[in-house]
Amino acid sequence: MTAALSPTPPAEACASCAIYHAANLRKLGVDVEGADFVVALAGNPNVGKSTVFNALTGLRQHTGNWPGKTVTRAEGGFAYGDRRYKIVDLPGTYSLLATSVDEQVARDFILFGRPDVTVVVVDASTLERNLNLVLQVFEITDRVVVCLNLMDEARRRGIEVDVRRLARDLGVPVVPTAARYGRGIQDLLAAVHEVATGATVCRPRRIEREPPELKAAIAAVTEQVRALHPDLPNARWVALRLLDGDERIAEALRRGDLADLARPTAAAAATHEIPLREEPNRP
Amino acid sequence: MNDHPANPALPRRAAGASPAAAAADAVLATAQALREQIGGEFHDRLAETIYGEAGRLADRAVTRPGAARRFDLDRAVDRIVTSRTWGFPLMIAIFALVFWVTIVGANVPSAMIASLLIDTLHPMLHRGADAVGLPWWLSGFLLDGVYLATAWVISVMLPPMAIFFPFFTLLEDLGYLPRMAFNLDNLFQKSGAHGKQALTMMMGYGCNAAGVVATRIIDSPRERLIAIITNNFSLCNGRWPTQILIASLFVGGVASPAVASVVSAGAVVGVALLGVLFTFGVSWALSRTVLKGEVSTFSLELPPYRPPRILQTLYTSLIDRTLYVLWRAVVWAAPAGAVIWLVANVHVGGLSIAERAIGALDPLGWVIGLNGVILVAYIIAIPANEIVIPTVLMLTALSVRSVAGMGAGPGVMFEADGAQVLAMLRAGGWTLLTGINLMLFSLLHNPCSTTIHTIYRETGSARWTAVATFLPLSLAFVVCAATAAAWRWLGLG
Repeated sequence: MTAALSPTPPAEACASCAIYHAANLRKLGVDVEGADFVVALAGNPNVGKSTVFNALTGLRQHTGNWPGKTVTRAEGGFAYGDRRYKIVDLPGTYSLLATSVDEQVARDFILFGRPDVTVVVVDASTLERNLNLVLQVFEITDRVVVCLNLMDEARRRGIEVDVRRLARDLGVPVVPTAARYGRGIQDLLAAVHEVATGATVCRPRRIEREPPELKAAIAAVTEQVRALHPDLPNARWVALRLLDGDERIAEALRRGDLADLARPTAAAAATHEIPLREEPNRP
Repeated sequence: MNDHPANPALPRRAAGASPAAAAADAVLATAQALREQIGGEFHDRLAETIYGEAGRLADRAVTRPGAARRFDLDRAVDRIVTSRTWGFPLMIAIFALVFWVTIVGANVPSAMIASLLIDTLHPMLHRGADAVGLPWWLSGFLLDGVYLATAWVISVMLPPMAIFFPFFTLLEDLGYLPRMAFNLDNLFQKSGAHGKQALTMMMGYGCNAAGVVATRIIDSPRERLIAIITNNFSLCNGRWPTQILIASLFVGGVASPAVASVVSAGAVVGVALLGVLFTFGVSWALSRTVLKGEVSTFSLELPPYRPPRILQTLYTSLIDRTLYVLWRAVVWAAPAGAVIWLVANVHVGGLSIAERAIGALDPLGWVIGLNGVILVAYIIAIPANEIVIPTVLMLTALSVRSVAGMGAGPGVMFEADGAQVLAMLRAGGWTLLTGINLMLFSLLHNPCSTTIHTIYRETGSARWTAVATFLPLSLAFVVCAATAAAWRWLGLG
């Protein structure tokens, strides 16, 4: 379709214009072959992750108005600009610190799947609780876009969010959306594209107000993890998990799986199998 | 944590461990030591720190100029639908209404599809087969077996599904399901199960395999197992049509025509509620015997009501549920139809295999208020519950083929007209007790093979899979036998 509309390659000025790209979203459905970038969709339960996923891929992953609808990952694809993206819809989680299987699926993918961009979908009307997860995701990865969804609902409840201040405070792009009505999806795409291609560099806010003894312990373990795997991007998060007694992370460290995380680029890993059991068996 | 050699001074588990592994163990040892030094509160204090930070950030960004003034409609509605007095009656009323609309609405399109596929197309196909000179066994196998079973499944199942599923999806989209879960939560806690089981139960009403996967939201392995084992008592897509059909034929049949559809809808709601009771009962029994333990607490979030998007709902319920289930049924109906035709036409010592099997299972069937035909049908339909009713009808037609005007030959299915179906089932010895017990059996018996496979994948344990399979099955036998005994003792039939 795009080819029919623009038989000649667009002029350079066009290609750098947001409107050109906006018209240029191609929903690829389940076609995820040869993706240039991998995008993960994370967020609290029932904030509309699957709705955003559907809006981007043209798929019709079942959505329902209740928490816990998605418990496995769903994958889809879209093309934007001249790049192809694979997008992974993760189960909703309130935190990355807990241990239920759906939360592990989400956490393991952000950690081991090493997505190029992690979009954290948050509910604009319950921002405080949603930001917990955002801050935890920041511990694992820098490349985050916050999708401030359900803006329509927040407005209906008389809640206003200062998007620019939030973006400045968080240090990553924040895009207001109402995904059910397709509003803001183009801006979200643009933000994801910019972070994926490196046009926008994220400087996510770190948690710095831990009680002193915690801080010292975290620093000590982080130091050692870093000595072991100098290239590991999220040594501090690994340290946090080890101090919390997370057996899965301890096991990953022992087996040397964490060393894989230090490989230079995630895009290359996109087509490879992710070194985790996709569906952990319990109990 | 304590069982691995964390201290690097101790001898290594595996001889010749690499330097990297040794370094990893050193890191783990440090972490362990610091962890003990801080005490058990590391997790809570870290969580507190993050929460505090999130709160500060949110405060800076959020203003609520209009929040206080507004009348909160959601709250007002919630106060009614989750109230102690009105919560349950409303829930029952809503579902009774949905079933009533389904039963009344499905009749006409069912008859139309049946007359097209079975009365018109089937004879045409037979004439076509004769014209090209297909041998009798091939045309019988293909047209009377495979084609008719498929046509039956479509005409019996498509209309009720096309009506019921959109309603159910609308309720889901609107946000009513979590309210139901909220109403049921307290009862789950009392029966020693996790409150989130209310949600997985709701998923089970669509498909038990999906319900079993959904139990991943439950943290505790004990409570998760309870949820997996009892998910079977949520009537699934494959069983709703059975319930609706039998209820309208037998239960509705004894009521006066004016109220027949209301009575049938009431019967389906009754069976669904019985399923909920069994869920509680079995959860209670499990949590007090083999799966003892503490009940975990959790907070259930009631999402805001969202205006459902009607067209999208129709589309997704049609694609995700109706066509998906129909496809599954058709995929299994074709080979099952072939099997039925074969067992009806392959004779051993003068009797067909089907007649022998039915005869052999009849005594057992009598004890549990069913009959040999139903039991054979359940064996043939193990791969998919969806085809139980078509199989029952085909086999009944076979066993009562002496009745004038019924059936076109061994193992051939016939017109899908309600009155004729009823007449034929009556001729096959069916009574109101058979109908009721079939509804009970369909509610309680073992999960379908897909669900069993899913249970195995999720639990990774053959033992628990066996429990989840045979516990409901034995319960079904016990309950049906008890009902039949009580019925006969009371002299009802």
